[in-house]
Amino acid sequence: MVTHDESGGGHGHHHPPSGFIRKYIFSIDHKVIGIQYFFLALFSVFVGMTLSLLMRIHLVWPNIKFPLNPGGLMTPEQYLALVTMHGSIMVFMVLTTAPQSGFGNYFLPIQIGAEDMAFPVLNMLSFWTTFVSLCVLVSAFFVTGGAPISGWTAYPTLSALGEITGPGQGAGQTLWVIGVAIFCIASLLGALNFITTTLDLRTKGMTLGRMPLTCWSWLITAILGLLAFGVLLAACLLLLLDRVAGTSFFIPGGLVVTDQVIVSHKGGSPLLWQHLFWFFGHPEVYIAILPGMGVASHILSNFARKPVFGYRAMVAAMSAIGFLGFCVWGHHMFVSGMSPYSAFAFSLMTMTIGVPSAIKTFNWLGTIWGGRIQFRTSMLFALGFVSLFVTGGLSGLFLAQPSLDLYLHDTYFVVAHFHLIMGVAAIFGIFAATFFWFPKMFGRMLNETLGKIHFWITFIGVYSIFMPMHFLGLAAHPRRYSDITGINFLQPLHSVHYFITMAAMITITAQLIFLVNLFYSMFAGEKAGDNPWHATTLEWAIPSPPPFDNFAGNVPSVYRGAYEFSLPDHTEDYVPQHLIPEKVAKAR
Amino acid sequence: MPATLTPDIEIIESGHGGGGIDIPAGGDDDGGGSGGGRPQIPQRAYFTMIQLALAGIVMFFMALTSSFLVRKGLGDDWVAFGLPKVLWFNSLILIVSSVTIEIARRHLREGALAIFKRWWVITTALGILFVTGQWVAWRNLAAQGVFLATNPSSSFFYVLTALHALHLMGGIIFLLVVALRSWRRSRITRSTAAGLAAIYWHFMDGLWLFLFALLYLGR
Repeated sequence: MVTHDESGGGHGHHHPPSGFIRKYIFSIDHKVIGIQYFFLALFSVFVGMTLSLLMRIHLVWPNIKFPLNPGGLMTPEQYLALVTMHGSIMVFMVLTTAPQSGFGNYFLPIQIGAEDMAFPVLNMLSFWTTFVSLCVLVSAFFVTGGAPISGWTAYPTLSALGEITGPGQGAGQTLWVIGVAIFCIASLLGALNFITTTLDLRTKGMTLGRMPLTCWSWLITAILGLLAFGVLLAACLLLLLDRVAGTSFFIPGGLVVTDQVIVSHKGGSPLLWQHLFWFFGHPEVYIAILPGMGVASHILSNFARKPVFGYRAMVAAMSAIGFLGFCVWGHHMFVSGMSPYSAFAFSLMTMTIGVPSAIKTFNWLGTIWGGRIQFRTSMLFALGFVSLFVTGGLSGLFLAQPSLDLYLHDTYFVVAHFHLIMGVAAIFGIFAATFFWFPKMFGRMLNETLGKIHFWITFIGVYSIFMPMHFLGLAAHPRRYSDITGINFLQPLHSVHYFITMAAMITITAQLIFLVNLFYSMFAGEKAGDNPWHATTLEWAIPSPPPFDNFAGNVPSVYRGAYEFSLPDHTEDYVPQHLIPEKVAKAR
Repeated sequence: MPATLTPDIEIIESGHGGGGIDIPAGGDDDGGGSGGGRPQIPQRAYFTMIQLALAGIVMFFMALTSSFLVRKGLGDDWVAFGLPKVLWFNSLILIVSSVTIEIARRHLREGALAIFKRWWVITTALGILFVTGQWVAWRNLAAQGVFLATNPSSSFFYVLTALHALHLMGGIIFLLVVALRSWRRSRITRSTAAGLAAIYWHFMDGLWLFLFALLYLGR
């Protein structure tokens, strides 16, 4: 923060660095860093998706031989390693990075009228720390024993005892813990930057009440990250010590693992990890979804050409969701043997989240109600986000009941729930943001036809994948089983698995359309103007792509809120935030 | 872009709204700069940041504190051990360093740079003395056969004291940077940096007293 000596003075605005490395690799420009995060997430999402594809194929054809796999057949442990790495990579490297660190980095400073994040060097460090954590995490595949098998939640004692509990629980699990710990540090650094930038670097006139909802969502997400990742970091350090230094924070005494009595540990509490992990883990869910809410609100308003319905209520609802997110971690632990009284409290708090969630949903509907809706691809994805948020959210109300959760816990019902609400809803938020902001980032438009084909296949595809999983769960199909051969009560469900795998293969293949669209449009897409969507916020007042310091040294002032669409008595159906009042054209 | 609304860019360049951010003293006119491609930011942003960082650190240590309480409450294997006497001395050192850092800042405010530096160096030395004292405490325990994995009580003792010492060493580096760096061409003034360092330092002082109380009372 203060350790860098300065060279060269600024005159009005700061100058771009020259040289490839300073410009594109170790850049301190928030826009470059945002794009770096975006591509890190893009790489990760394809890795994670490939892992899920392998799982789906194995579930339906357990006897299929995979190339490059010694022995050919996938072992149950290998399947669990895929589960673990799919979850970890998707949650940390995709859902946490793309919506917040990627788009947030790029657009938060521009939308509030700042030339950069408050601490550009810290920002660069956050990205490269994230990059290191990704490398450490992925390297778990390549050590003896392979990747860990304990899931992204890494429950002890499975995760704490080392190699004796299975392949991947040796070096692989250690690398996992270290990788996640490094990720915590990166996220903490990023959160500091986001909050400080939002609080202290807003341009003249950009009051908190005029901020785009995207900025609100990034702010609240950063606050959640700041308060949650420190807890996971502490938990990871304790777990690491249990693994390598012989302590017993999480490992109880008297364990027998593969006919061997564990005598080196005693007295620890596996539940302690669960509490620490989920105290982080539940806010983490909102870290993944809140930026999507901000983006959806923003885009729905823009393409319905109507102001956001209940702006203040939207902000209050996001804040309430963020706050309640810290009070409900116990609902992940209903089956841990917790006191029914605690379970009742956690259940009540959890269902309370339904209130702000419903406020958001109805306000989204209110926003598009009666609007002149333009079905651009980003609008479709924003609508898809709302759809998935509702669908995934409703099953949350089921799981929030301890009595129902006892049955549904550890079944596919849970898999369906969190994939819809945290996984694909957030991904739809990312897609919506990509289609909306791509013209600003790269100066060219994404292809709308390809975009719509991609949307419809993906939208129908994800529902086809995850809706049937509810039925698997209701039929008591446990999660994480690599093969249902020989389990009689699961046999009738095989055709459901078959359907899901087919849907997954089609949906994943359809993502190639997006990839082609992305790279083709980056170089050969139709040129985008400064403001192709007739949007109101500050990023649309500058060239596409923006100059190095965003506003070429002249930062605009802001005169009004972010969603001034279709005002009565105005000649145009939108009024940009920075337009000085005398210039606003009114109809006589 | 509709004609009636057009001159977006013109408006931006017309300077009506330019420079919403308060440029701190010595902004862009005297060449004090925004070198390295970094824009000016208000000095209060640094204070915002340090307070947020402390919030994050609080959550980190609260997680460890609740782990301490839960582990002690749930396990039946907790064995108390005598805390090394040197910890009392170390605590005193750290409290004194919080006083000396304030004396230093007072002299900085009065413009007495040389005296500021003297007290600043004394503070830094006290910090180093504290960490050395912690080291003595660890050696002391090791000599009695109390190691990290001996008992949950000792595990928590080593973890909490080591992580605090690590944070304090970060503070020592911070102090050294404030003392040694040239501040003339920087985005941040020396007095801001000294203020930040002091906030961090007092916090680490208070955190230590809290942890010491936890370890002492929670034996």
